[in-house]
Amino acid sequence: MSDVLFIEGGRVIDPASGVDGVRTVVIRDGKVAEVAERVERPRDARAVDARNRWVTPGFVDLHVHLREPGQEYKETVATGARAAVAGGFTAVCAMPNTKPVNDCAAVTELVLARAAAAGLARVYPVGAISKGSNGEELAEYGELKASGCVALSDDGRPVMSSALMRRALEYARAFGLPLTVHEEDLHLVGKGVMHEGAAATRLGLKGIPSQAEDVMVLRDIALVELTGGRLHVAHVSTAGAVRAIREAKRRGLPVTGEVTPHHLALSDEDVAASGYSTDFKMNPPLRAAEDVRACREGLADGTLDAIATDHAPHSAVEKDVEFDAAANGIVGLETAFSVCLGLVREGALTERRLVEALTAGPARVFGLPGGTLARGAAADVAVLDPAAEWTLDPARLQSKGRNTPWKGRRLAGRCTHTIVGGRIVHEEGKADR
Amino acid sequence: MIGRHKHCIALEDFSREEILEVIDLAVSMKEVLQRPIKKVPSLRGKMVVNLFFEASTRTRSSFETAAKILSADALNWTSSSSSVTKGETLVDTAKNLEAMRPDVLVIRHSAGGAPRLVAEHVGCSVVSAGDGAHEHPSQGLLDCFTLREKLGTLEGKTVAIVGDVSHSRVARSDLHAFPKLGAKVRLCGPPTMMPAGVERLGATVHTDLKEAVDGADAVIMLRIQHERIGDPLIPGTREYSKVWGLNAKKAADWLKPSCVILHPGPINRGVELSPEVADGPRSVILDQVQNGVAVRMAILYLLAGGAGEEARA
Repeated sequence: MSDVLFIEGGRVIDPASGVDGVRTVVIRDGKVAEVAERVERPRDARAVDARNRWVTPGFVDLHVHLREPGQEYKETVATGARAAVAGGFTAVCAMPNTKPVNDCAAVTELVLARAAAAGLARVYPVGAISKGSNGEELAEYGELKASGCVALSDDGRPVMSSALMRRALEYARAFGLPLTVHEEDLHLVGKGVMHEGAAATRLGLKGIPSQAEDVMVLRDIALVELTGGRLHVAHVSTAGAVRAIREAKRRGLPVTGEVTPHHLALSDEDVAASGYSTDFKMNPPLRAAEDVRACREGLADGTLDAIATDHAPHSAVEKDVEFDAAANGIVGLETAFSVCLGLVREGALTERRLVEALTAGPARVFGLPGGTLARGAAADVAVLDPAAEWTLDPARLQSKGRNTPWKGRRLAGRCTHTIVGGRIVHEEGKADR
Repeated sequence: MIGRHKHCIALEDFSREEILEVIDLAVSMKEVLQRPIKKVPSLRGKMVVNLFFEASTRTRSSFETAAKILSADALNWTSSSSSVTKGETLVDTAKNLEAMRPDVLVIRHSAGGAPRLVAEHVGCSVVSAGDGAHEHPSQGLLDCFTLREKLGTLEGKTVAIVGDVSHSRVARSDLHAFPKLGAKVRLCGPPTMMPAGVERLGATVHTDLKEAVDGADAVIMLRIQHERIGDPLIPGTREYSKVWGLNAKKAADWLKPSCVILHPGPINRGVELSPEVADGPRSVILDQVQNGVAVRMAILYLLAGGAGEEARA
């Protein structure tokens, strides 16, 4: 007797297979068996009533920080995975800037073991570009790949050495691993803590010009030409970076990009309006209105392939301090869909493109399974209520992090069910397993 | 209260009327300062804590003197290191001090926004004595007071502010306050010392000193901090003083006869100002110091809820 689950009456949006309409999704033995307009449900089969809901492939996040090992007081693989499924994410890529850095099989295996024990979202580790992410020596990409890493990154830091970056792009080719890079020229950043512009000037905070990102993106595109390596630009935040990636793609170079919900929704003026709230401090910083506009256009026209949260939980210890002293980053897994649905309502994004940038887009970037409801695919599904309105109460987040700029804000759109491999791992209103 | 404000943190948030409330009261406070017995009981039984995370002689002494003339008790708490290296957070330090039940907490800190963070966590009034490159509101108010005293009014006047605007909290407070009193502001200095987008705050930006001071009613020369040299904002003080410093010849040739010169202190003699200019007839630098006490008396009086009207008498 096989295990069967019907998701009935919802609007299925699956850009990867070109479906957008009311369908029933039939899941059998953890895989998508059928997506059809009319299908008879056996009396004993379980069902999810998805009327007035969206049914999409489970979201894929190319960029999260799960903090384990080493900073379990901020987040663990299990709490991060719980936050993921609460937000509709069925797969997340865990950045290697843990303590110790994930630059070897032992750390990768630990993350995978914790993820398996949690049994919630799929967790794909990202290995370090350099040993200890110190920017000096290459990590062992063969070992990282063999133990389960899907990409390489020194995220949190740029690879400042052009020579090391060149060799990393070259060496990674042997293992087919993309590099996902944090782009900022530390010399231009200096002691900057927010975007350089009129808002920073008014607040008296040291600024980071957009060009700190632009020059590194341009450098690395040039190095892709030299090496034939595969480059993915993490958390793109500037008009210049969007332009550079668009041009690189036009020339057929293997370059992709991601953008976070906060860089699409907020600007440096929001930092000023918040009155130095450290929930608005992140790296890259919230940029100028023209950068926000360019990122939205880049996402809409496909220059940017994916929405990624850069989920970065911190505790009050790191955040309830002076803006200058506060840690960078915000949690994002549980607000991503709502914030991005806000962009759809503003007309900056179509519904189809939103879903694509959360599903098929990111899956393609790292070559991950998932991101589609095609027959035979693993049954990773999000059921979403686009009309649900809710107020963000940080105490009710599944993440250990409470650091979000949307505290107390009204948001629209909520994930009601998340299904991983045919198993319901999140159901709104019920305690998550 | 100063108008709607329980705290004095940023002149950006102050209206024209709120600025005038302080500097009008400071006129009476200055009279108290001229008396042979410099003491009024207005703030008897009130406590002012000076919490300084950055070295300061003039501003701390000024607040301390202001508190004492008003008969408030003044406690000085100096912390040389930042909260991060010290182990106790800024919020914890502030809460500890608040437990001693002060009426006003005067805070200076190297991080922009620090007084505001403190204000969110304590019940008493908070006065910023300068936070990073954000604002120095009492300096801005004493500059307003001094300019009005010397020029009669700020209405229709032009004030040039010269120097390292990017690191200057004084320039920002002045820039927020002067236009509210009707004055135009010109900013001048090396392009490396002009913060991004500052022209959007309502000033004109100049690199040429002669052009910036031409026809100005007042010139505020900012201190060039030695740690900025090789930052690399400027190559050195030699070229800076030649191009952007004010000496007797430039003052005589370029300034209109009635133009006064201000400086928030401490002066680097021979860098931004030559000694002849600093000590010359146009200089109102020492008036600023005295007016600073009067303005801080007014701020403390308004925020600590001074008793009766005797201080105004």
